[in-house]
Amino acid sequence: MAVAQKTPSADTRSVADFSKEQELSAYRTMLTIRRFEEKAGQMYGMGLIGGFCHLYIGQEAVVVGMQMVLKEGDQVITGYRDHGHMLATGMEAKGVMAELTGRAHGYSKGKGGSMHMFSVEKGFYGGHGIVGAQVPLGTGLAFANRYRGNDNVSVTYFGDGAANQGQVYESFNMAELWKLPVIYVIENNRYAMGTSISRSSAEVNLSRRGLSFNIPGDQVDGMDVRAVKAAGEKAAQWCRSGKGPYILEMLTYRYRGHSMSDPAKYRTREEVDEVRTHHDPIDMARQRILEKKFASEDALKKIDSEVRDVINEAAEFATHDPEPDVSQLYTDVYR
Amino acid sequence: MPTEVLMPALSPTMEKGNLAKWLKKEGDKIKSGDVIAEIETDKATMEVEAADEGTLGKILVPEGTADVAVNTPIAVILGEGEDKAAIKVTKPAQQRKAAESAAPAKAEKSQAKAPETPAPKAAKAPEAPALQIASDPDIPEGTEMVSMTMREALRDAMAEEMRRDKDVFVMGEEVAEYQGAYKVTQSLLQEFGAKRVIDTPITEHGFAGLGIGAALAGLKPVVEFMTFNFAMQAIDQVINSAAKTLYMSGGQMGCQIVFRGPNGAAARVAAQHSQDYSAWYSHVPGLKVIAPSTAADAKGLLKAAIRDLNPVIFLENEILYGHSSPVPKLDDFVLPIGKAKIVRPGNDVTIVSWSMGMSYALKAADELAGEGIDAEVIDLRTIKPMDTKTIVTSVQKTARLVTVEEGWQQSGVGAEIAARVMENAFDYLDAPVARVSGKDVPMPYAANLEKLALPSVAEIVEAAKAVCYR
Repeated sequence: MAVAQKTPSADTRSVADFSKEQELSAYRTMLTIRRFEEKAGQMYGMGLIGGFCHLYIGQEAVVVGMQMVLKEGDQVITGYRDHGHMLATGMEAKGVMAELTGRAHGYSKGKGGSMHMFSVEKGFYGGHGIVGAQVPLGTGLAFANRYRGNDNVSVTYFGDGAANQGQVYESFNMAELWKLPVIYVIENNRYAMGTSISRSSAEVNLSRRGLSFNIPGDQVDGMDVRAVKAAGEKAAQWCRSGKGPYILEMLTYRYRGHSMSDPAKYRTREEVDEVRTHHDPIDMARQRILEKKFASEDALKKIDSEVRDVINEAAEFATHDPEPDVSQLYTDVYR
Repeated sequence: MPTEVLMPALSPTMEKGNLAKWLKKEGDKIKSGDVIAEIETDKATMEVEAADEGTLGKILVPEGTADVAVNTPIAVILGEGEDKAAIKVTKPAQQRKAAESAAPAKAEKSQAKAPETPAPKAAKAPEAPALQIASDPDIPEGTEMVSMTMREALRDAMAEEMRRDKDVFVMGEEVAEYQGAYKVTQSLLQEFGAKRVIDTPITEHGFAGLGIGAALAGLKPVVEFMTFNFAMQAIDQVINSAAKTLYMSGGQMGCQIVFRGPNGAAARVAAQHSQDYSAWYSHVPGLKVIAPSTAADAKGLLKAAIRDLNPVIFLENEILYGHSSPVPKLDDFVLPIGKAKIVRPGNDVTIVSWSMGMSYALKAADELAGEGIDAEVIDLRTIKPMDTKTIVTSVQKTARLVTVEEGWQQSGVGAEIAARVMENAFDYLDAPVARVSGKDVPMPYAANLEKLALPSVAEIVEAAKAVCYR
């Protein structure tokens, strides 16, 4: 049974009013993620990327909108569908792609791969391969903020699948008990690998999953970057003012399979096409930009071509960068 | 320039597939993301999406072709304004035929235009780095020795490190208001306050992960498990998140954290509360594992563990908590992690143990002395990294070895010690290594059976005599 896209709760259907700069910058970042992922899919097909590779195509508005509300010192942590999050935090496409190809100048020197990358500098705490494990970790990042008495927030992303892991609720309990500044962003893309949310979850409105802990939650149109930003703003303010955690359920959709080897037979082509045609976050942003005359077709084409250049350069780099030296086998086990 | 569409690899193991169906025909417009073909792999039928925009200029591999090697060009996409004439048939006709007639993947691959993936080199793994461990610090002559319980020594270690570094904090079940389920954290709340001595809900998986997250952010948590039996709830976080992150991040993000609490059998608490995890954690690269047997070692090693930049598993023992032994009265008594200690020198047989096992080992050595066997007893103190050198040097002298542990025998720490001695001192051994261990059963409740399930002084004496052929 296909799950109809739910209507977001009234208060977060509101969208942020984007300036020209915001609209264009969000467009560029979303497009960068889209092109990066398409290229990654292609390179996987060519055998340059190994193992598991989970693409973020379709969900770009979520990370880009959330990143717009963050400030210096805030932390981001997520699961294994993480390429978009890294690019949104400002990590370089070259380093991410070189990690995907397992090369020396990847963010983890080629030792982590698609699911395990980090950047202390950009406040990106991974990149975690065990479903749901990032939730207590992200709660711990928020604990550190509270311990240090700063007003930073931890943005802890997880999916509708991870939302059924026990450690998520252990984390909710401690986060509210200790008023930890953590925004739990549930990226509900409707499918936990091949299991639709209605087949896996007794309560499919995931924004309500914090109710018994008294954690407020909103459903958000995760395909509209402006709605994401508006909701993120509200949640961040809540956290920064010491009121504890906040849950944002982002209603989103992934166009590709769960990973590269997923034929995605659990949903219809029509369902995918419906979202792609009518709700694509990038197409919608493009349309708005043109309608509001923030940029001309030509100017947008120029952005497209600049983005392609960045991605092609990253792919080129990641293809020719050497593998890590064999001496790296035993380094970084201890420090 | 026209873009070639290559036969994609659609799983980590795919080398070839069947081109089942073309969903676009030559001349069709294509957008990035359009499904252009269906490919059958050994597992499923997959849709191939275009990654480029343009017009499908030419289909190079017709539908129905079987066993098309990954990276074979299957079609050409023309960009805006490009003409079909622009297609340079870079592949000779026979190559296409080869694909059609299901030629072996190898020939195909060599001619495909895709960037070469580095062939797996049969490189030899480099040597594991050698371990450099300092000796115990000299204790200045005239230093006052204070008798204290291991419980007090552990508390003092935490208190001293908390005074020294405000990033150190203690969390766990009942560590604060209750003063510790086994009173190890007694009075810490009073001195350091609720911000740094934190009672957690009963939620091992959650608070272990939370502690690791705080450590990733740069704090230095000491996480108490009420016992290590309950840490099995949290072992995924300990291994997957704490132990592996430094490596997975290429050295960028480490995790300075101590997990401590009583390990192994207490008394009459039966199977689920009486397990020794020494071998479990010592299996994992990235972790250090410590298990002291005296108050002084407990203090010096816990201080070292809290300062260590890596995740450390600190295995205590409930029975030993109340045992008193002398601790040097020094401002900052820190011991090196990874250094075994010869507790009783001897010449006839080496006995290696740690934690509670040392109580049995030392009593056995006394009995053996009465029978004219001079045993050397080594307290391992740190299980990982293991001080192989001290053990091997001892065996080179005594030529005989008995290991003693409470844990189960299979894949146990004793098995590891035996293997290392075989590798490093095979020619010195005059007898096979003997292992005294917990029996291969869940811990029974009945007092008589429990006693039988644990290693005993008598078993060690017997094993030592056996390896001495007496």
